[in-house]
Amino acid sequence: MSELADKTAGAGQGTHGTASGPKIIGALKDAAIAGVIALLLAIPILSFRTIPGDGGLAMYSRWREVAIAVAAVFTGRLLLNLFWWSQSGTPSRTKASALKSLSSLLSSSTRFIAPAVIIFAFLLPFMPFSNRYIMELAVLVLTYVMLGWGLNIVVGLAGLLDLGYVAFYAVGAYSFALLATTFGWSFWICLPLAGILAAMWGVILGFPVLRLRGDYLAIVTLAFGEIVRIVLLNWYTFTGGPDGISSIPRPTFFGLEFKRFGDNTFAQYFGLEYSSLHRIIFLFYIILILALITNFATMKLRRLPIGRAWEALREDEIACKALGINTTTTKLSAFAIGAMFGGFAGSFFATKQGFISPESFVFLESALILAIVVLGGMGSQIGIAIAAVAMIGGIELFRDLAEYRMLIFGLAMVLIMVWKPRGLVGTRTPSIFLKEKKTISADLVQEGHG
Amino acid sequence: MSSAMLSVKAVETFYGKIQALRSVDLEVRKGEIVTMIGSNGAGKTTLMMTICGSPQARTGRILFEGTDITAMPTHDIMHLGIAQSPEGRRIFPRMTVVENLQMGSILNKDAEATFDEDLKKSYDLFPILKSRETQRAGTLSGGEQQMLAIARALMGRPKLLLLDEPSLGLAPLIVRQIFDVIRDLNKNSGLTVFLVEQNAYHALRLAHRGYVMVNGKITMSATGAELLARDDIKSAYLEGGAH
Ligand SMILES: Nc1ncnc2c1ncn2[C@@H]1O[C@H](COP(=O)(O)OP(=O)(O)O)[C@@H](O)[C@H]1O
Ligand SMILES: [Mg+2]
Repeated sequence: MSELADKTAGAGQGTHGTASGPKIIGALKDAAIAGVIALLLAIPILSFRTIPGDGGLAMYSRWREVAIAVAAVFTGRLLLNLFWWSQSGTPSRTKASALKSLSSLLSSSTRFIAPAVIIFAFLLPFMPFSNRYIMELAVLVLTYVMLGWGLNIVVGLAGLLDLGYVAFYAVGAYSFALLATTFGWSFWICLPLAGILAAMWGVILGFPVLRLRGDYLAIVTLAFGEIVRIVLLNWYTFTGGPDGISSIPRPTFFGLEFKRFGDNTFAQYFGLEYSSLHRIIFLFYIILILALITNFATMKLRRLPIGRAWEALREDEIACKALGINTTTTKLSAFAIGAMFGGFAGSFFATKQGFISPESFVFLESALILAIVVLGGMGSQIGIAIAAVAMIGGIELFRDLAEYRMLIFGLAMVLIMVWKPRGLVGTRTPSIFLKEKKTISADLVQEGHG
Repeated sequence: MSSAMLSVKAVETFYGKIQALRSVDLEVRKGEIVTMIGSNGAGKTTLMMTICGSPQARTGRILFEGTDITAMPTHDIMHLGIAQSPEGRRIFPRMTVVENLQMGSILNKDAEATFDEDLKKSYDLFPILKSRETQRAGTLSGGEQQMLAIARALMGRPKLLLLDEPSLGLAPLIVRQIFDVIRDLNKNSGLTVFLVEQNAYHALRLAHRGYVMVNGKITMSATGAELLARDDIKSAYLEGGAH
């Protein structure tokens, strides 16, 4: 009898033995529940759409989309139940170990990957597939890589949850724009000044939040980000309010401008045919170098007493004090240096766009940068770079699906946090090495008890 | 008779309106092991932290080698030559063992020159740490974490070592091992130790002198052996509360 059951089990669902019958019913039930939940969610989210029509907003119903969404959730859940979670409700073992070995491969071979990626980045403009679109995307991605690395100092290393990082990006951009337009100073003078001003604002934010941690710190920094934006929006005489600041000078290559016409242009000097691509490639190299400076500075700082103090602060503030670390200056320096790199990135943004307004510095930007840091693995330089490529690249990829973009990102975030709760590269490279470099995988690191 | 290295004079500490220490007087002389025993909530940790300036004493004075440290910030106090293994160990869980030890050397002014030597000393004291060198400290067992906390404190080459309940939650064998190390350090290197404990038996056997704290007040002080011999101490602290 059992032999027969075994034979027929593979033949089709209809002939399943008694043991697998309840499993299918259970899976159907589970999928049905998921479908109902999807329906309940889809009604408010999907079913109506407002379109500006003549004389106001017109509302359209979209029941077809709702049906598609519910059907997708139902079948997806059913398939997951039947195949993926088939062994005792957990993801199958091979998948888990494949993920594990992937992440250990990633972390063990960073030594070779990092230089390779850097070389590839430097050669990117000369690759056969590089066109204007790819270069512009690369500039955008690198801006976020740099912002991610900057915020990583505050959040990933020092453990201070900052939801208002975009404020420093804004301070950098506006400082740059105002300095460059009022005094006519060049990019290379305004850039460090904007960084210093942003760092100052980092300290100004740092002081009132010295005693705060975790959620409270997050709320205050979030408010700070909004305050900065609102001030920029309302201080019309200084910042131009909602009109922003325009005709910000573009960077020059040792005084050579990237223009079609003029006496002293880049193309003319080098005897090249004018191409608007030159300027983009130049911007690409600037942001690449700025990002690399951020990276190498962070790696260097991690090995200095100040960097070790940041990491110790993230781990245990009381122990820090007991070891003679001045937690006040440690926190302020993390805010200041993180803000400074945000300020550099802001300067770059200002000169790249030629025009800035408060609209570019909304909370969503802070959230995006923080998501990059968290997804990357809170403290992992390479992880943050990968996360920035994935997030910004993903946003580009789904541009046509504008309305569903946020939904897809929410979903992706949830999935990654379920599978890899410590981020894509959840390993921490020790800052002191003993002959051979060792990293400890995220899987070994549940805190010990007893 | 040597003069006091640490003296606590009529110190009172408050948490808001709650008074945790009541006119505490105490002295630790150079080269001594002094213990303070008291049950849970007596104020032992509060005294330890008050010495370190967090929280600060509301009244009274604390002197370390003649310097008034009552109102100093914590990090400055520690730089005078005090190291602490705090309650709950508080090692840095995501850092490796050797990185934890490196953090301890911040308090040593000549760390550049003496780090390797100090590291070797730590491993000689606690050989198990050597074999865990590149392991994340959070993955150590409780006993190993306590050893690491003490070793980390010693990396700063302190004159005075403060220990807050190093025996908490550890197996008797491990407790003995740790207390033996403390005794050897005191005997061989002349390290001065102030130890607060609930585990009165081991603490009093180790210490030259002991104090008893009840509800934030010091109620008794005598040599370790004398306290150990007293019936009231025995019944209150040694029979595991089996009264
Ligand atoms: N941060 C704090 N805020 C308020 N009360 C505290 C705080 N820490 C300790 N206390 C109180 O102070 C008293 C002494 O605590 P503590 O010094 O931790 O005792 P022990 O270390 O001897 O167990 C207890 O009554 C405790 O509730
Ligand atoms: Mg205590």
